[in-house]
Amino acid sequence: MSDSSDIKSHLGKYWMIGAALLVFTGITVAANQLHLVVPLAITVALVIAITKGSMVAAVFMHLSHEKKWIYGSLILTVVFFIVLMTIPFLTINDTIGTPIHVSAPEHTGH
Amino acid sequence: MDIPYIVETRPDTGLANGKLGIWLFLASEVMLFGALFSTYIILRVGAPEWPHGELNVWLGAGNTVILISSSVTMVMAWASLKMKDWGKHRLYLMLTVGLALFFLVNKYFEYAEHVRMHELPSHSTFFAIYFTLTGLHGLHILGGVVVMLYFLGPGAKMWKANPDQFTNRIEYTGLYWHFVDLVWIFLFPVLYLL
Repeated sequence: MSDSSDIKSHLGKYWMIGAALLVFTGITVAANQLHLVVPLAITVALVIAITKGSMVAAVFMHLSHEKKWIYGSLILTVVFFIVLMTIPFLTINDTIGTPIHVSAPEHTGH
Repeated sequence: MDIPYIVETRPDTGLANGKLGIWLFLASEVMLFGALFSTYIILRVGAPEWPHGELNVWLGAGNTVILISSSVTMVMAWASLKMKDWGKHRLYLMLTVGLALFFLVNKYFEYAEHVRMHELPSHSTFFAIYFTLTGLHGLHILGGVVVMLYFLGPGAKMWKANPDQFTNRIEYTGLYWHFVDLVWIFLFPVLYLL
């Protein structure tokens, strides 16, 4: 996107995306006022945040039409980011140092 | 000796060096904030209970509106340069700086209230991660403001000497700024709402 007329055709889109981001922010706050159960509240908030983030990245950061070298570096980042986000879940399954609960022998009454 | 590929694109990557450079920098930033988000998940999942309603949702939402607006003004500052409209570029860049400072002032009042209530990082795990995440994000805002002030001040001279290079610099500043906005888009629900 380098041509001046090309840029002019995108100006309206920038304002529209900005307005949409503000509307989504309003929806996030409104959803919070509904006091949803925690798993649903987390899902709703994160889905909206991911939608907003994608709009910023695609339109404002021009990722919707970038060169393959940038996509390549970002794919690598996404892979490492997923690994990073997986680490907390590995800690949940980590039982090293956790005492093993052995059931006490039955009291026979003697 | 002139540094090559500042304005013209490299034949192998199809990019100016600065563009690839800022994206690699942003990739490292994703990992920096990713590590802290990952820490947040570990702390939250491991906590027997997690506080709710400790933060002012309306102040957080207001700051979200401010940062989103600043992203729009930033992209307009770059688009104005592409259309060779220097006056509008200056106006939009000044608006971006103004909104960034407004964000920091709001954050200052928010922090001051927490300090008054003795809600310091040592108060709880929640406040420790809250101050770490928002403090680091605030430093990024401050860094962006310094760069934008430079381009409003002494750095603006480049527009006359090499307008294409100046336009590229504003584009890279914008990419950084949109990333800072993007981080806040996730920080707001994670810290203020959930």
